[in-house]
Amino acid sequence: MRWLLLKDLQILRRSPLQAVLLVAYPVLIALLVGFAISRGPGEPRVAFLNEIPPGARVAAAGSQLQPVGVDKRICGRVECVPVGSRRAAEDKVRSGEVLAALILPADLVDRLNSLSTLNPETPQVEVIVNEEDPLKAQVVDDRIESLLGQANLLIAKQIAAEGGRYLDLVVNGGNFDVLGTPVEILGLRSAAKILRTLRTAVPPPRRPALDRVIRFATLARDNLDVASPLIDRLTQPIVVDKQTVSAPTPPLEVFAIAVAATLTLTFVTLLLVAGSLALEREENTFPRLTRGLVSRSALLGEKVGLGIAVGLAVTLLMLAGVQIFVSLDWGRFGLWLAAILAGGAGLAAAGAALGAAARDVRAVSLLAFMVSLPIALLSLVPSGAVGSTVYDGIRVLTALFPFKPALQAITAALDSNGPSIGGPLLHLAILIVAYGLLARFALRRFASV
Amino acid sequence: MAYRSGYPPVRGCPRPSALKRQLVRSSDSQHSLLGRSVAFARMAGAATAALEAQGLVKRYGAREALRGVDLAVRSGELMAVIGPNGAGKTTLLSILAGIVKPDEGEVRSPNGEVGWVPQQAALYRRLTVEENLLLFARLERHGDPRESVEEMLELTDLGERRREVVARLSGGNQQRINIAIGLLAQPAALLLDEPSVGLDPRQRARLWSFVSALAERGTTVIFSTHDIQEAERYGQRLLVLADGEGLFDGTPGQLREAVRAEAPAAAGSDFETAFVAFLHHRGH
Repeated sequence: MRWLLLKDLQILRRSPLQAVLLVAYPVLIALLVGFAISRGPGEPRVAFLNEIPPGARVAAAGSQLQPVGVDKRICGRVECVPVGSRRAAEDKVRSGEVLAALILPADLVDRLNSLSTLNPETPQVEVIVNEEDPLKAQVVDDRIESLLGQANLLIAKQIAAEGGRYLDLVVNGGNFDVLGTPVEILGLRSAAKILRTLRTAVPPPRRPALDRVIRFATLARDNLDVASPLIDRLTQPIVVDKQTVSAPTPPLEVFAIAVAATLTLTFVTLLLVAGSLALEREENTFPRLTRGLVSRSALLGEKVGLGIAVGLAVTLLMLAGVQIFVSLDWGRFGLWLAAILAGGAGLAAAGAALGAAARDVRAVSLLAFMVSLPIALLSLVPSGAVGSTVYDGIRVLTALFPFKPALQAITAALDSNGPSIGGPLLHLAILIVAYGLLARFALRRFASV
Repeated sequence: MAYRSGYPPVRGCPRPSALKRQLVRSSDSQHSLLGRSVAFARMAGAATAALEAQGLVKRYGAREALRGVDLAVRSGELMAVIGPNGAGKTTLLSILAGIVKPDEGEVRSPNGEVGWVPQQAALYRRLTVEENLLLFARLERHGDPRESVEEMLELTDLGERRREVVARLSGGNQQRINIAIGLLAQPAALLLDEPSVGLDPRQRARLWSFVSALAERGTTVIFSTHDIQEAERYGQRLLVLADGEGLFDGTPGQLREAVRAEAPAAAGSDFETAFVAFLHHRGH
């Protein structure tokens, strides 16, 4: 078998394009994944025009709220590209230089302030978008909705805080500024206290009426104490209480590395095994080899071994490349090895079954791509993203191909807090046997001359 | 089927090292590996038939590719299997080679291995001539594979092109390597499936010179061909197949006599015309 393995490696070396691809592909994947992970998700570029006059402040109940630093807050969420005019903003959106333009009109603060008057107007911000791309349009819509939600929440919180301050003034008393003149507010607490002091001086027949006023002041004080946190809650009545029912989710960068590693392993192993097996038929050497030089099972074993060995080397090369950007836990190398070997064996067995089904290398390469690419994409579809019946179908389909268990095994091997690797390894073992038998059976067709 | 699953040396035959000593003594040093075939064939004993087949039947669905074909070829004999397209020539050779199992009948090769050279060269085109030979010599478990490669390179006269990838060789040279690999099994009988297809006249001449030399030195050679003139020229015996049926088994001269008896009008014409007339007379 070693001579056949040596022969396949010689053939691989003789195909410069294949050899270069085998090295270049993982390096490229490693670079892409590394850059993507190390830089984090990029912020969308948004042209920003703030026409609000300097010093304009939102007021509530006659007093101005604290400045919220709109520019800073917006530009913390998106990459702001300052523009000087509405036309410049439109031009940048049209040219695609920015994803959208956000314009805060000059009357925004006035309109906000009108909300507390008898003639309220709807405050508006202007957004200019270029929705040539549906995906881009969705991203813009989501981001604008998020920004608007944040802005509304911020204002509501400011108003609620101001309202709370007034309530506190009514309950506990204090000073209130009216047109620059401070006015002392007695407050319910002090009022009740004064009334209780005066009660002894009031003739007994008049006391019941005074008692009713004292009781009212006390009740109002006690209940208004509760109103302040209630108003605060109204600004954000619903909060999220997230509970995870599935196994711990791996960090995004670990999952991204696992996906990249599994894709690398899949394409290299599957294509190599399927291609090298189909080559035996294309070169007409299969009957010559299996006339007694090697058994069909040994030939299959050699192809699977070739796929595992090259797949392992290329995947480890990719992981080593990722290490430049992200720190990996090399202490778990044993588990990596187990996951890559088992995943590689499953994919190699599937490749052998594919290779035995095709007549030539080109056909089998196309077949391998046509089978593996959709399966790989379907394996990444999360539950809830599609209807339950469709998802059940996807689950069954992806369980029949080694990509998903290989991805699960590699994810578990990379993530120290992740789920157990045992389940995916068992799944892969079953698939290795199943595809091995299928490939062995399909090889019978090779004998026909 | 009497084939073994491997290619150990024929019982009673010397190992390659012993053969080498014989070959060194041979006056025809240029054909050392041919000499080896001679040695194998001669030392295999005095068996009358190097390859025998009886009552071979092969069906592909409802179609009968072979209908009870019998065959017995002696050591050193050169037999041509001829017939029109679909006659069953390739099926017969595939069964004799052990690649296809017959539905009925039996094949025996009492003198040892049967070498097989498929119609299309069974070579790794991205490997060099030397790498191809070395791979198969190793798979044949030769004691000294490199020495066997040297002998084959000498035999095929491709020593100077040993480091060229096979894909760059002409069809004729690829066929020579193809046959050389078939000979690495040190067979008592060699099966060639339409070996001259696609070769130019010069390459054909070299090929037949090579094959005839093999037979002269004791290797049984059975080849299939469409070329009737070629079969008459190089085949000591002809097996005529048509629609899976064995119509004739004898020398070219005997075939002419059969034509004279069965289709006298074609008796004076060329061999190909006579052959067609013979087939026509037999209802094919």
